[in-house]
Amino acid sequence: MVEPQMIMYEEEFNQIQAVCDKLVRDANAVVVFIVDKNGQLIATSGEYKHLDTTSLASLTAGNIAATGGMAKLLKENEFATQFHEGERQNIHIQIVGQRVILVVIFDDRSSLGLVRLRVRKANAELDKIFESLLKKVQEPGAGSPFAEITDDDIDNLFND
Amino acid sequence: MSFVNYSSREINCKIVYYGPGLCGKTTNLQYIYNRTNPDAKGKMISLATETERTLFFDFLPLSLGEIRGFKTRFHLYTVPGQVFYDASRKLILKGVDGVVFVADSQIDRIEANLESFENLRYNLMEQGYDLDRVPYVIQYNKRDLPNIASVEELRSLLNPGSIPDFEAVATTGEGVFDTLKSVAKFVLTELKRGG
Repeated sequence: MVEPQMIMYEEEFNQIQAVCDKLVRDANAVVVFIVDKNGQLIATSGEYKHLDTTSLASLTAGNIAATGGMAKLLKENEFATQFHEGERQNIHIQIVGQRVILVVIFDDRSSLGLVRLRVRKANAELDKIFESLLKKVQEPGAGSPFAEITDDDIDNLFND
Repeated sequence: MSFVNYSSREINCKIVYYGPGLCGKTTNLQYIYNRTNPDAKGKMISLATETERTLFFDFLPLSLGEIRGFKTRFHLYTVPGQVFYDASRKLILKGVDGVVFVADSQIDRIEANLESFENLRYNLMEQGYDLDRVPYVIQYNKRDLPNIASVEELRSLLNPGSIPDFEAVATTGEGVFDTLKSVAKFVLTELKRGG
């Protein structure tokens, strides 16, 4: 079954951003970001200015997809949590509500135990927000903002 | 499946370049990357083997400009073409908005084209998509090589439905942007229709 289109509204975006900001503080993290399973970046918080977040988002989704493929072969539903340990930085990856991915990058100012604890709380909050967002998107009348554009608008985009 | 973000006023779409091994999918993306204004593109990521064959995917984010105040961003992906990477190909098709099928025009690759085309249809079906309802275009690549099939022949084998198709030489860039523009336009038109 094809998933419904992902739409993000201002209200939910602010709620999600607030959860990310709080998680950065509570977990002493360097960066927190949220990606949908197709690799689209949804929100970012922390010291991300020097990071290529678009590429990180796409690779995270690829990673989750590959791990999901392995889970299927082992007849597991999914591997909801992943941890990658580096020399200076570590990445903790958590699937939220089977739909989006919460990524925490942290260094020696934090610890895996603290990150896991704080991620668990953020996971529950994000799950609620995405669930209500999904309901909103499926309501009648929540169509694409592109419904009103004209063929000329599209053509103009390609005028060299 | 596109992602519309009202908060950042962005719309993101995913385009996948599909086709048999060594048909020139990565070369298409490399040409686009090299010829695009730095403001309009992100970094190109290639997950490749040591011999530069695509292992998982190539990824290139592109911005096309604004429509009615919404920034349009396209994420271009390639799949690994070699037959045994089928599991990876399936993963990359997830959430696709548009497909470019890159065919290798060489006569001895006709069977590989057909096999890959069938594989595309099957893998899309597994994800719940019908190829005939997904925006897609065909590119006949390597038109500069000596042992190539005629466009009419390729068309009769790969494009019975007469969807937009293009002749190309991806190494020199011929036809590369025409193909991209066509599929991008197709995707946006589909979004307009609420697809």
